[in-house]
Amino acid sequence: MSDVGLTPYLIVAAVLFVCGIVCMATKRNAIGVLMGVELVLNGANLNLIAFSRYGQLGFDGQAIAMFVIVLAAAEAAVALAIVLNFYNNHLTVDVDQARQLNS
Amino acid sequence: MSPEQFASTGAALKWLLGLAWLLPLAGFCIEVLGGYWTDRRSRAPAWLAVGCIGGGFVLSTIAFVTWGSATHWGAFAVVDDHHGDAHARGQSPDAAPAAVTGAQAPAAPAEHGHPHDGPPHGHDAAHASSPYAFALSGSFYNLATFGGLSIDIDYYIDSLTIVMFMMVTLIATCIHLFAMGYMSDELTDNYEDHEVHLPGGRHFHRPGRYYRFFSYLSLFCFAMLGLVLAGNIFQVFVFWELVGVCSYLLIGFYVERKSASTAANKAFVMNRVGDFGFLIGLMILWTWFGTFRFANTDPAQPGAPGLFQMVRDADGHIHEHGAGLDRAVVLNDGLGGAAVDAASGQPRSIPFWLLIAAGLGIFAGCIGKSAQFPLQTWLPDAMEGPTPVSALVHSATMVAAGVYLAGRFYPMFVPEVLLVIAYIGCITLFIGATIAIVVTDIKRVLAYSTISQLGYMMLALGVGGWFAGLFHLITHAFFKSLMFLASGSVIHGCHHVQDMQEMGGLRRKMPITAWAMLVGVIAIAGLAIPTPWMAIAFSGYHSKDAILATSLAFMSQNRQHFLLFLLPLATAGITAFYMFRLWFMTFSGKPRNQHVYDHAHESPWIMLGPLVILSVFAAVCAVGGEGGPLARMLFASEPTQAVAGAAVAGTVAVNLPGHALIHEYHTTAGIAALLAALTGAVLSYVFYGAGLVNPATIRSQLSGLHSFLIEKWEFDALYDAMFVRPVHVVARWAQGFDQKYLDGFLHATGRAVVWISKWDRKFDETVVDRAVNVVGDATYAAGASLRRLQTGRLRQYVMFIAFGVLGLFLLMFAFLPR
Repeated sequence: MSDVGLTPYLIVAAVLFVCGIVCMATKRNAIGVLMGVELVLNGANLNLIAFSRYGQLGFDGQAIAMFVIVLAAAEAAVALAIVLNFYNNHLTVDVDQARQLNS
Repeated sequence: MSPEQFASTGAALKWLLGLAWLLPLAGFCIEVLGGYWTDRRSRAPAWLAVGCIGGGFVLSTIAFVTWGSATHWGAFAVVDDHHGDAHARGQSPDAAPAAVTGAQAPAAPAEHGHPHDGPPHGHDAAHASSPYAFALSGSFYNLATFGGLSIDIDYYIDSLTIVMFMMVTLIATCIHLFAMGYMSDELTDNYEDHEVHLPGGRHFHRPGRYYRFFSYLSLFCFAMLGLVLAGNIFQVFVFWELVGVCSYLLIGFYVERKSASTAANKAFVMNRVGDFGFLIGLMILWTWFGTFRFANTDPAQPGAPGLFQMVRDADGHIHEHGAGLDRAVVLNDGLGGAAVDAASGQPRSIPFWLLIAAGLGIFAGCIGKSAQFPLQTWLPDAMEGPTPVSALVHSATMVAAGVYLAGRFYPMFVPEVLLVIAYIGCITLFIGATIAIVVTDIKRVLAYSTISQLGYMMLALGVGGWFAGLFHLITHAFFKSLMFLASGSVIHGCHHVQDMQEMGGLRRKMPITAWAMLVGVIAIAGLAIPTPWMAIAFSGYHSKDAILATSLAFMSQNRQHFLLFLLPLATAGITAFYMFRLWFMTFSGKPRNQHVYDHAHESPWIMLGPLVILSVFAAVCAVGGEGGPLARMLFASEPTQAVAGAAVAGTVAVNLPGHALIHEYHTTAGIAALLAALTGAVLSYVFYGAGLVNPATIRSQLSGLHSFLIEKWEFDALYDAMFVRPVHVVARWAQGFDQKYLDGFLHATGRAVVWISKWDRKFDETVVDRAVNVVGDATYAAGASLRRLQTGRLRQYVMFIAFGVLGLFLLMFAFLPR
């Protein structure tokens, strides 16, 4: 299997990142928003891994990626708990309905 | 005395007397704290006070026995090794033989027909060795050290200390017991003070203050005993002031009475005048000597001399050099040489005139405390206190303190100071006695007689009779406290009538009081039955005899100072006159006021008991005269220079008589004094006892003199004109100056401040406040506009994030170098 180089990785990562952003911006379902977040984080992770392989980042990139994964897990846990609570109170997971903190 | 003996005896006496001294303090603390909460009708505080002071007496007696057995009753030559001069001056080099020969000496005077047979007494051998070897000095506790100044609680115990301790505790115990009866009016929750008139014709009511009286008495005893035990002059000063405070509290005991509070203030202020001199003396002493200790006789501390040892050598001599203002006294180092200044290496000395000033300063304190001319006016007013207080103040404690200090500090007095002391005493004794002739208040007669007798003591000290002065101090304490208590008994029995013109014939109503008073009167008058070998007499005869013998010897050597003998001799007659006048007016003849007489009654036994005890002591405490036990105790601590005398001493060139000379004049002076006293007594009988001459006739013939004496020689008027009025004038001027200039200045300043603050306020409102408001408004507006961004729409935020990231990328591409 031949080495494809850095560029394809960056393209895939950018696609993932944009998908995640679009998902966050368009989805009204909170779970969907969370999924978008995961996509954004994983796009960034892919960048890090790619630079660690082809750039001068070395193992630092991989270490940062590990941190991002752990952070994502923690963030998902907290966010899901908030969503659950929100559902308990409002019987919906529509983020447009979550406006109580406004004004 | 070997150092081991010194240490053991010193420790024993230190703790015995120290405990006797502190017991009344403990009593005071318990009484003053406990008495407030307990029942006002409880006699417990009184019993506690009596127990404390009585315990003090017991301890003093034990100390007396300890001292006596250690020194073979004052006749034992104490050879102290640390002075080292005993060897140099051919004294017995071995301590033991001197002790043995000394121990046999006391038997010698007793074998003689007359005990005062010549100068070589047993104690002279001791003096020759060292003037202070009889004293045990040391320190209880170091309070503080400021640089080189060490403030200690020291003790200085010699036979005088022990005699004073026994005298003070015994008399105070009697007075405490007497006061238990006398003050029993106060045993109530609602005491009515008949002397205090409230508007509406009512009298002042207050809770009884029985416990307070006894707590003050205890504090008083503590202060006096501390003064006697003190081992340095600063400590004396502390207790000196404490005595002053206690007298203030007790004289003003009936504080609601205007007269009492004024008298208390007067006593306190007059004493402050004297204490000012005391302070100056202290400063001089500290500056030039660097120590406050009287003397350091501890064999374990050689070369650390006290004041006495620095001024005088072991023979009691002062070493001087220079003349005129440069005249100076060389200070000894306590080892037989001259003290050397550590910094400069020069011999230390004190200018002679400063030594005089220091002596006069300390004596000024004694003038105030002992009510000497010209500060004597507080003492008669101090009669406002309850009678037991008068007895305590006038016999054993306060006024005794002045004479005691003059005696204790005797080695520091140079002849110039002694002459001043003699003349002050002479003037005082005459003034006091003359006023006493005309006073009709029974307590005031005694008060003026106290002044007069204190004058005698000072005179004796001044003319070189250290022993005579202190001897009279002790005997006087006994018979004066006796007479005061007897007068208290009379006042109590007559329901607080004090004027002798209302009394008369009370002998039949209160026989025991009358006889006790008679003992005191005979003692103070100095009546005696002369017999060829010795005079049978009460205590006062012996001590007054000693004083007059000293002053006669002094006059024989210094003809120009003839007044120092003639006035005391005349006053001896006057004393007998006014004392018998008191007795006759009070106890004999017909009642002058039938109402008072009918209601008069003898006092209860709690009051008569002390009278009987004190009568016995007033009669016999000086038994044997100058060969008796009391005299021997006092001789044992007499300073050397008083024993030897001095010829043509000082710039005033007085000859101070020594023992040998005084003895030559003893018989003459004794006869003269007795004749004077008899004359006075007989005259008194003629006037007041038998009524052969009506005193009123004499009074009207000498009305000018009478009113002069009634007005106390116009001293109060003189002080009023000299001090009070000028102060008033100055005060009025100061008031005018204040009102006109100081007040005007202050008002102008105030107005200026108001004007400035008005403008300041405007500036604040227009500039400062507005600036602050502008800042606040701007912040608020910024917050309100930013608020709109916070929509709460999650997707909008995401959009912001996305565009933000995009924007950052664009910026990066635009500006960062590739």
